[in-house]
Amino acid sequence: MIANAALAEVTAQRRDSIAYTVQQDCGSCHGLTFAGGLGPDLQAERLQSIPDDYLIQVIKHGIPGTPMPPWQRFFNDEEIQWIVTQLKRGSL
Amino acid sequence: MDRDTTEARFPMMRLPMKQALFTVLALLISACAQQPPVMGSGDLGVVIERASGSLQIINTSDHSSLARVTGLGDLSHASVVYSRDARFAYVFGRDGGLTKVDLLKQRIDQRIIQAGNSIGGAISQDGSMIAVSNYEPGGIKVFAADSLQLIADIPALTSTGHYSKTVGLVDAPGNRFVFSLYEGDAIWVLDMSTPANPQLQKFNGVGKGPYDGLITPDGRFYIAGLFGEDGMAMLDLWHPQQGVQRILDGYGKGSEKLPVYKMPHLEGWAISGQQAFFPAIGRHQVLKMNMADWQLGQRITAHGQPVFVMSQPDHRRIWVNFAFPDNDTLQVIDVETARVIHQLTPGKGVLHMEFTPRGEQIWISVRDENRVDIYDTRTLQRIATLPAQAPSGIFFTHRAHQTGL
Repeated sequence: MIANAALAEVTAQRRDSIAYTVQQDCGSCHGLTFAGGLGPDLQAERLQSIPDDYLIQVIKHGIPGTPMPPWQRFFNDEEIQWIVTQLKRGSL
Repeated sequence: MDRDTTEARFPMMRLPMKQALFTVLALLISACAQQPPVMGSGDLGVVIERASGSLQIINTSDHSSLARVTGLGDLSHASVVYSRDARFAYVFGRDGGLTKVDLLKQRIDQRIIQAGNSIGGAISQDGSMIAVSNYEPGGIKVFAADSLQLIADIPALTSTGHYSKTVGLVDAPGNRFVFSLYEGDAIWVLDMSTPANPQLQKFNGVGKGPYDGLITPDGRFYIAGLFGEDGMAMLDLWHPQQGVQRILDGYGKGSEKLPVYKMPHLEGWAISGQQAFFPAIGRHQVLKMNMADWQLGQRITAHGQPVFVMSQPDHRRIWVNFAFPDNDTLQVIDVETARVIHQLTPGKGVLHMEFTPRGEQIWISVRDENRVDIYDTRTLQRIATLPAQAPSGIFFTHRAHQTGL
């Protein structure tokens, strides 16, 4: 339900731009196909067992002591929820 | 054999001799026209088109694209080394693909999938071996450059019994390869001078999280950047018994570490005389170091997190590109004054740059604009542009003859 609400709040144009950034710029560590690189695999299959809340926190605040940076400067809460939903669906 | 049959097979035999010769010559000329023109490869190169798994073979003399070669797999973070005859490009893909591309025939010569996830490679000093650095399973594999047959498999098994991602793989004199273990906090030297009997020398505890490495152009010093610490790990390959030394310890002291949205690259470290310029990590600075005593000379404030810090072949200027979200910009630093003298904004997604062998041009990939821009390094003006699909790495054939590239 939350995911659907978030989907509605992220406009189509913004979605394209976010999807591009996730693919290209998250992809520089996680791979263009999210198969992993210096950063871990972000493919839908692996993410299924990881709670949304955890993934949201990681994207928002990063993981201190690792190369994962915080992304809250670039994406708001709804957008981060949308990214998590799309990654879990394998549709980014 | 009767006369009629011969005539049917070889009708020209009945023509006068002069006419027959002319026909033979015409046939020869048309056969030649179907062969690619004879050409050298010294002004060729490739542009990686990372999203489409293709590359373009380009010519730097006339700014042209000669061909597009497809079917190279996942090329995110792809890199290239060249055979010593500068005819073949070995392309290292993210998906573990190793593809040997023939620049003259403009097609794939051979392609193998050698691992699950890889990060780059190197060619041996004598050109006979290709080493590939793998994330999954972590380690190095060495292949024959001609046949891509496996010669050695070196798993990066750390002292704690875990596999580590390998990074910063370079070639070194004596048919050696040097690389770092990202989780293993180590630098390993692989001696392949006797291919049937690879020798491995391990240097442990070099510092937390080596993320990339480089070798100086003379092949003497290997330096690994550390993600987890302010400093770098240096190995003098002339005197490996001295062990790995820490240099530039605490270079970021006194300033808070900023988030890094793309890891810097150390390859092509800008070394200009006794001065070396390289990207700070987590700081919007280019650092200048004196190579005579390995001391930090100067911090040059930059536009963002530097990714590539590259010296023009004449060593007079340094060109710098930046991580997301500042990746639309390039800065040019004057070596003598250590000042930023020029800033340009080619467009979003400036991922890589490459100088022509003697440095009169710099080619710049502008990913989000689907363009490769060519600048005159003297006037700093754009002189040409080529269309390309989401271009990333640009690699010219003169790399064939440079240690560490």
